[in-house]
Amino acid sequence: MMEFLIANLAPIMFLAMVGFLLVGFPVAFSLGACGIVFGLIGIELNLLSPSLFLALPDRIWGTMSNDTLLAIPFFTFMGLILERSGMAEDLLDTIGQLFGPVRGGLAFAIIFVGAMLAATTGVVAASVISMGLISLPIMMRYGYDNRIASGVIAASGTLAQIIPPSLVLIIMADQLGRSVGDMYTGAFVPAIILTLFYVLFIVGVAILKPQWVPALPKEARTIRESNGDAGLRSLGVLTLLSVGCAVYYARFIAAADTATDELIVVSMCVGLAVAFIIASIDSALKLSLLSNIARKVTFVLIPPLALIFLVLGTIFLGIATPTEGGAMGATGALVMALMRKRLSMKLLKQAMENTTNLTAFVVFILLGARIFSLTFYGVDGHKWVEHLLSDLPGGQLGFLIVVNLLIFGLAFFLDFFELAFIVVPLLAPVAEKLGIDLIWFGVLLGINMQTSFMHPPFGFALFYLRSVAPKQVKTTEIYWGAVPYVIIQCIMVGVVIAFPGLVTDSLKKDVVVDTENVEILIAPEEAPEPVLNYK
Amino acid sequence: MLAMLNASKAIDRLNRRIGQSVIWLILVAVLVSTFNALIRKFFNLSSNAFLELQWYLFSGVFLLSGAYTLARNGHVRIDVVSGRFGPRGQAWIDVFGLIFFLAPVCVLVLVTSWPVFVSSWESGEVSNNAGGLLLWPARLLVPVGFGLLLLQGVSELIKRIATLKGIVDESLAVKEEPSAEEALAEEIKRMRNNQGAS
Repeated sequence: MMEFLIANLAPIMFLAMVGFLLVGFPVAFSLGACGIVFGLIGIELNLLSPSLFLALPDRIWGTMSNDTLLAIPFFTFMGLILERSGMAEDLLDTIGQLFGPVRGGLAFAIIFVGAMLAATTGVVAASVISMGLISLPIMMRYGYDNRIASGVIAASGTLAQIIPPSLVLIIMADQLGRSVGDMYTGAFVPAIILTLFYVLFIVGVAILKPQWVPALPKEARTIRESNGDAGLRSLGVLTLLSVGCAVYYARFIAAADTATDELIVVSMCVGLAVAFIIASIDSALKLSLLSNIARKVTFVLIPPLALIFLVLGTIFLGIATPTEGGAMGATGALVMALMRKRLSMKLLKQAMENTTNLTAFVVFILLGARIFSLTFYGVDGHKWVEHLLSDLPGGQLGFLIVVNLLIFGLAFFLDFFELAFIVVPLLAPVAEKLGIDLIWFGVLLGINMQTSFMHPPFGFALFYLRSVAPKQVKTTEIYWGAVPYVIIQCIMVGVVIAFPGLVTDSLKKDVVVDTENVEILIAPEEAPEPVLNYK
Repeated sequence: MLAMLNASKAIDRLNRRIGQSVIWLILVAVLVSTFNALIRKFFNLSSNAFLELQWYLFSGVFLLSGAYTLARNGHVRIDVVSGRFGPRGQAWIDVFGLIFFLAPVCVLVLVTSWPVFVSSWESGEVSNNAGGLLLWPARLLVPVGFGLLLLQGVSELIKRIATLKGIVDESLAVKEEPSAEEALAEEIKRMRNNQGAS
C-alpha cells in the first residue's frame, strides 16, 4: 500500500485535485489546499524535503513583481470604462445602417463591430450585451432568423478573446514564458482569418437561405441626404481615396523590410488620417462635399481606431510594452469618456471595483496554483505528465491533436483562467520538448479556449446574451445559433495546426519591446540618468 | 451566537472599507504606468522607483482586496456538481472549505511569509535596481493580505453556521447588488430611451 502510494503519488495527486475542485469551494483555495495536503504526505513519506514550503514566499513574490500580469487590470479597466462611453452603440448604429440594405448586412456589421471592439479591449461581456440590446431587436424586427442573429452576436463577442490585446493571450504568454508582444503578433493573422471565416459563413447563409438574413428595406436607413439619397457615392469616393493612400503608403513609402503586422497598422492609420482630415475640413468649412453617411461613418470609426493605434500600434511599433499599452489605452478610454461627458464618479468607482475584483480572483487562482505546483513538481508530477503525453503516437501532431481535444473537452466545465493556470503549465514543457514553438502553441490553445465561451449550455457569451435577449428568442435558439461557430472554431484550430506559418511567419522580423528584454543598466555615478537598453 | 455575529459584522465592515479603498490604487497604477511610458518615449527618461511603484500598487490591489472579494463571493468556483445542492448544501460546502481549504492556505502563507518580512525590515532591504524602492512594505503586504483573508474566512464561517442553525439576521441576507453586466445593460437601455424621447 505504502509502496503503491510512493510510486504513484503524482497521478494520485492529480486525481485528488480534480476531486478538490469539484467540491465547489473557490478554486484558488482548493488548489492550494491540495498542494498542502500532498506536500505533508510527501514529507511524511520522505519524498519531499521538510523545507518544501519555505520556497512559497519566493513564489508569491514572483507573482507580485510580475509586470506581465499587471496588464490584466489595465485592459480590464479600459474595457469597463469604454463599454459605458457609448462607442459600441454608435458603431453598431452607424455600421448597421451602412451594411443593413445588403442581404446579411446586419450580420456583417456585427462581425465587423465585434472585431473592432475586440481590438480595442478584451471584454466579451460588454460586446455581447451591447450587440444583444441594440442589434438583436433590429434583426428580429426585419425578419432575421433568431438562431442566425443570436449566433453571430455571441460569436463576434468572443472575438475579444483572440484578437489582441486579449487577456487570454497575456496569460498564455505569462504561463508559457514568452513575451506578450510576440504572442500578440503571432495571434494577429489567425485572428483575422477567423473573422473572415465568420463572414464566409454568413455569406454562405445569405446564398443558401436568403430568407434567414433578409436585407433591410431602404426606409430603415435614417442617415440620408435631404433629397432622400443614401449618399453612398460620396462614402465610396472617400473610402477609395483613403484606401488608395494606405496602399500607396504601404507599397512606396514604408520601408521594404517592415513586418506585416506593423505595416497593416501604420497603413491603416495613414488611410484613416486622410479620411478624418477630409471629413473634418468638410464639416468645419461647411462645404457639404460629403454625404451625411460618409461623415458619420468617418467620425464613428475614429475613436476606436485611435484607441487601437494607442494600444496595439504602440506595442507593435515597439514604443510601449504591452503593460504600458494597456495603461495608455485605459488613460485614452478615460479621456474619451470625459470628452463624451459619460464619465461620472459612479462609473469610475464601478469600473475600479470590478477591475479589483477580477484582478483579485485571477491572481489568487494563480497563487493557489503556485502552492499546488510546488508540491506537484516536488513529487515529479511534471515527469509523469511528460511521460504520459510524449509517448503518444504521431509525435508533434499526435500531441497537438490530443491536447486540443482535451482542452476542448475541459472547456465545457472549466473557464479560461482555470485552464490557463492549471492545465497549460503542465503541457508547456512537453510541447517544448517536442520542438513545438510555444507562441504557435499558445495561439492554438487560445483559439481553442475561445470555444469555452460559446459552448452550450455553460458558455458565458450565451449566458450574457440570454440575459439581454428579448423573450421571443428561445434559449434553444441561442444554443443552436452558437453551434456553427463552435465548428468554425474547430476548423480554425485544424488550419493553424496545418499551417504554423500563419503564426510564426510574422514573428521573425519583429523587434518587440517587452519588459523581460528591457534591461535597466545601473548608471555610473557621473551620469545620473538610468540608460535603457533594448536587447 | 449574537456576539459571534457581531464580530462577523465588524470583520465585514473592516474588509469592506479596505476593499473599497484599494480600488483607487487601480487608477493610480494606470496613471503611473502611462506616465512611465510617456516620459520614456518623449524624454528618454526612466525612473526605477516609478517602474517598481507599478507592481507595488498592483500587489496592494490584489492582496488587500482578496478578503473583500471573498466576502462578495467573488472567487471563482467550479459548481458543476455543487450547483445541484440547495442553499443548505452550499452552506455545508462553505463550512467544510473554509476550515479545510482556506484556513490552511492562509496559515501556511502567514507562517512562511512573516519571517521574510521581518528579515527585510531588520536589514532595510532595498531593491537591486538603481534608485529602487524600499522592499519591506511590499513584503508586509503578503502576511497582511492573507491575515485579512483568514479573518474574513472566520466571518464567513460564522455566517454559514448561523444560516445552518436557521438564525435570521439582516447581515445574512444576500445583498442583490446588480452585477457589472446587469449595470451595463441598464445603462444602455436608459441611454436608448433618452435618445428615443429627445
